[in-house]
Amino acid sequence: MVRVSDEVRRLRKRFEARAEESHVWESVQLARHADRPYTLDYAERLFSDAFELRGDRAFSDDEALIAMLARYHGQTVVAIGHQKGRDLAERTRRMFGMPHPEGYRKAIRAVELAERFGYPVLTFVDTPGAYPGVNAEERGQAGMIARSILAFCQASVPVVCSVIGEGGSGGALAIAVGDRVLMQENAIYSVISPEGCAAILWKDAGQARKAAYAFRPTAGACLDLGVVDAIVGEPKGGAHEDVDQAARLLDQAIRQALAEAESVSAAERRAARRAKFRRMGVWGVADEDGADTL
Amino acid sequence: MAPVEVDVERPKGDDEPGRRHPNTCPSCRSHYRDDELRHALRVCAQCGHHFPVGALERIDQIVDPGTFEEIGTDLRAADPLAFVDLRPYTDRLLDAELATGLGDALVAGTGRVVGRPAAIAVMDFAFMGGSMGSVMGERFCLAADAALARGIPLISVTASGGARMQENILALMQMAKTVGAVDQLREAGVPYVSILAHPTTGGVIASFASLGDIVIAEPNALLSFAGPRVVEQTTGEKTAPDFGRAESNLRLGQLDAVVPRRELRAELARLLLLFSPAEDEPTGDQGPVPLPEDATIAGEGPVDRVLGRLGLGRRRG
Repeated sequence: MVRVSDEVRRLRKRFEARAEESHVWESVQLARHADRPYTLDYAERLFSDAFELRGDRAFSDDEALIAMLARYHGQTVVAIGHQKGRDLAERTRRMFGMPHPEGYRKAIRAVELAERFGYPVLTFVDTPGAYPGVNAEERGQAGMIARSILAFCQASVPVVCSVIGEGGSGGALAIAVGDRVLMQENAIYSVISPEGCAAILWKDAGQARKAAYAFRPTAGACLDLGVVDAIVGEPKGGAHEDVDQAARLLDQAIRQALAEAESVSAAERRAARRAKFRRMGVWGVADEDGADTL
Repeated sequence: MAPVEVDVERPKGDDEPGRRHPNTCPSCRSHYRDDELRHALRVCAQCGHHFPVGALERIDQIVDPGTFEEIGTDLRAADPLAFVDLRPYTDRLLDAELATGLGDALVAGTGRVVGRPAAIAVMDFAFMGGSMGSVMGERFCLAADAALARGIPLISVTASGGARMQENILALMQMAKTVGAVDQLREAGVPYVSILAHPTTGGVIASFASLGDIVIAEPNALLSFAGPRVVEQTTGEKTAPDFGRAESNLRLGQLDAVVPRRELRAELARLLLLFSPAEDEPTGDQGPVPLPEDATIAGEGPVDRVLGRLGLGRRRG
């Protein structure tokens, strides 16, 4: 016998799951929207007197990852960000925002420069991931991402990171280790793209929507899990609907986060940053009977 | 055995899971009894192919008998996302624990290597493809803490498909967490030796595993951020047969040495000696170190070759 109330409860649960699934997928689509503001769109609204730092001083200049010296509310900062392109020519030149090792080497150089002069570092994270090509691999993609994470761990200057679009895997994390990590409302942040996850776990990249729902790359989930410190609001309909307003909201959040990061000594800041990431993770403890408790 | 659920490429064609017995050499088809293979450090006596080694067996291979003390044993993966793909994450964890007898894909502890103390972190590919989640990150940090507290070197042996997708963003954060632990070792001047076994890819090679003061790989190990199949599918580029392999990584400047498994313990002992204070070993070179059981040195190791080039030899017998 099927009890009607049970059936209603089951259906309601399914509808809620469906609604949640579409909400997650909407974030994925907004984060990748062709008109979504990129690092340079924010840089021109947030900074004055910017000077771009180009080249890794070893091999080439990677235009998928940009760095600059800039004035932010009267003080000099070093800004680092992934940069996608607007048209096909620019997208190709900037490799769709997917850096090679040269890009990360440039980021490390920019952090070192900031450290020498005591300038805060602001980063803007927006990449599908590090470029998975033969040349990138041969020039040490993995090792350079590791060294970039290390450079951000070692910096004693304030570091504020903002996830503004796609926070794709290690290629994003390489410039996202900061005292404060902010995330825009419709940005996503995940260990692999929903398509990649679906291809591996569902054996079908077409199940990306399901995968996205299962692993929740949304700002809300990242905040709940303690991975980001604050969610930055966006104009109704997404950041691309009103770029100036999106920039104002981001500016407020960065300014506040920077003030917080600047309020402690360099040594404390570095220790606190390391401790913050050390706390990340959720695990249980098995008791003697092998049963797990959280 | 539980199916391996991470995206790890294998040599094309010849070694599909399920088609080959795990003790049959994929390279020359020699077949071994398990005790034979274990006795030979899981290296094919015919062609030198290196079979995978589980975490506990690897610890037996490099750590002095009876000296290993595990830490973080009771940590178990939680399921913060209530993750379900084709099967629930909790089912996969249970299967992996039953298949390997391990609580997660990394075993941490302290022990002695040819008499010298070291903190040890060893991964097991058989546990969900050696994937890195919260427990692996914490256990690696506990091993680093032990190294730091006692001022002894840290040795890690990695074999991993990368971050554990079922823990999504928390798995990604383990990269920052473990690099932070390496940063602490660097700050305190505690040596870290990273040994990369087949395969070490994704989030593990893009974090702590690449940051050893010394980085050593096993022969023919696949060591890359993206595996050859991902590269080919994403970029349309063709990959060479030696793409991402230990030997090409050595050639491209990403490693200090490729060391056959039979020489690994001896090389580790040498490195621990080199990293120890001068007064610790007034007589300098101690000559060859004993190998586990009756394994023999096959050919010359990379250290011998370098010493040879420098006109130096190391004493034998």
